[in-house]
Amino acid sequence: MNPLIPLLVAIPLAGAFLTMIIGRFITGIPRYIALATLLLTAFISFWLLVAGGGDQSVYIMGGWEPVNGIPIGIHLVHDGFSALVLCIISLIGLLSVLYSISYIARYTSGNYFYALFCLMIAGMNGVVLSGDIFNIFVFLEISAISSYALVAFGVEKNELEATLKYQVLGAVASFMVLFAIGFIYWSTKTLNIADIRAVFSEGHDRSYYLLIQILLLTGFGLKAAIIPFHAWLPDAHSSAPSPISAMLSGVLIKAVGIYVIIRLFFNMFEITGAMAVMITTLGALSMAVGVFLAIGQWDIKRLLAYHSISQMGYVVMSAGIGMTLLARGVRPEVAALAITGGIFHLVNHAAFKGLLFLNAGAIEYSAGTRDLHEMGGLARPMPVTSATSLAASFSISGIPPFNGFFSKLIIIVAAVMARFYLLAALAAVVSIITLASFMKFQRYAFYNGEPGRIGKEIKEVPLPMLMSMVTLAVICLLLSLLALPAIRDAVLTPATDILIDQMKYSSQITGM
Amino acid sequence: MTVIVKKTTQLIAGIIFLYGIYIILHGHLTPGGGFAGGVILAGSFILLILAFGSDFLHLLREERGSTLYENLAILIVLFLALSGLLAGANIFFGNWLPHGTPGELLSAGFLPLYNIFVGIEVAASILTIFLALVIFKEEVMK
Repeated sequence: MNPLIPLLVAIPLAGAFLTMIIGRFITGIPRYIALATLLLTAFISFWLLVAGGGDQSVYIMGGWEPVNGIPIGIHLVHDGFSALVLCIISLIGLLSVLYSISYIARYTSGNYFYALFCLMIAGMNGVVLSGDIFNIFVFLEISAISSYALVAFGVEKNELEATLKYQVLGAVASFMVLFAIGFIYWSTKTLNIADIRAVFSEGHDRSYYLLIQILLLTGFGLKAAIIPFHAWLPDAHSSAPSPISAMLSGVLIKAVGIYVIIRLFFNMFEITGAMAVMITTLGALSMAVGVFLAIGQWDIKRLLAYHSISQMGYVVMSAGIGMTLLARGVRPEVAALAITGGIFHLVNHAAFKGLLFLNAGAIEYSAGTRDLHEMGGLARPMPVTSATSLAASFSISGIPPFNGFFSKLIIIVAAVMARFYLLAALAAVVSIITLASFMKFQRYAFYNGEPGRIGKEIKEVPLPMLMSMVTLAVICLLLSLLALPAIRDAVLTPATDILIDQMKYSSQITGM
Repeated sequence: MTVIVKKTTQLIAGIIFLYGIYIILHGHLTPGGGFAGGVILAGSFILLILAFGSDFLHLLREERGSTLYENLAILIVLFLALSGLLAGANIFFGNWLPHGTPGELLSAGFLPLYNIFVGIEVAASILTIFLALVIFKEEVMK
């Protein structure tokens, strides 16, 4: 019972409501409250990552202990995988708030921005920590509703259209998730993830089980914007204010989409061959189609948004490869490698996609445009933005020594070792097309032509924005250290272990 | 609205308000509780606004007040939950007050307190949503 675990949800919630109360009387304070909240959250998540050592630690809310091994209270579960995702959430959140201090000053009603931001963080932390499928739904709605409002923050025509689309598809997704939870509760009489697994393993109707799986995969697939369900993402992520785009693309689709899919399909359901093939296919499809949709875009934020779909495809595909091997029961070490690669790429993507959206925001802030046709020669007036975006572009296209190279390498090597030669080749080709599309971004934005074309004087962005961009660029470099065996064993391996070992997740909760 | 509507509203708004308070206070004993009671409380305010028209009450000032109450109430709920963590038992949402005899009004430790503040929170937030919609419509009409 580590008391720090519930604080990860309680602190951002308190921050959100304090912002609204204090911001009413003293203007200018809310941004510092949000910053302090995120600093505290980041400190706690890193402390839990380092001190926890990847061990599973369960917190029972209200002290409702299990009765006869059946959990009756709400459980918060902190293990290797959730520790990593919590660190991403709070780190990218902290840097986005730092960036917002200058960026949001242009908008009115900053209070609401910071309050909604803290609320979104609280929701995501809740989703990641919850060991209870209904609470996943509740926190999912908290983060989703605050993100609908944040996407519409500019209140222009585009923003409102994007947020409407996002809300409609988000509501469909939530409905499917709730429907599936209802089905699960009907047949198992429990909502605890570990307990659901225990009840299902005693015997279940196969078609009923498949229906639940499909509903959950569709619901969370919509949240994660895997390819047939991706329609809302490019609009929503490009219309939001840039720090929010960084949060949505860098963190939200992972925390409420990919994380939950991986968690449920490894730790709640039995791994079956059919679902493994389906997840691998969806991943490979997102990876390939996303990048082809991205390369034709001229709006920088839309281009980045389509790349998010493609990069998430890598993560889903490698998790699917791991599942396929586990379902066949052959070569668990290769399955572990594939899943490690996927989780590594998830962490990396948060860093470089967050950075790229912050760069796009900086360009929009100084040059006032998002269209690549209208830019050019920004490297001279904006040297820091140019350098950091070069670093991020190298990372996402997989150029050593940046982090993206190592995670893509691990994924491709794992695919080859698992004898998925076609998927390995596809991953390599997609990586090359990604490189091409980022060369286009670099050329048209920073190098081609003269900055005078835009018709106004372009200056480098203010210091807080620079600080968060430079920090993220350094993080992009430092994350490649996770490929070293010693650090990988300390950080990534616990996350993989909890997913691969079928009994490890449930054992401590149900006390068996 | 006509005199009949106004007079009837005047007569029943107070009773509805009292009924909401009753539901909230007996939340740990009977069906209902903070959420249901809060909705009833908000209902009595909304009834008054509907009957007497929006210029009778100073809507913007109301809205500011209800937002403040909403945020304060939820902060207090959070603080009560944290008090379980601080009170030595080390349990978030821990119920460390004496539980009393089941069935009496003053029993069940923290539950009545949670119900009261959740009731305030729900009433204030539903009123805020209603006022926001009315204010938005008036601004559009102007």
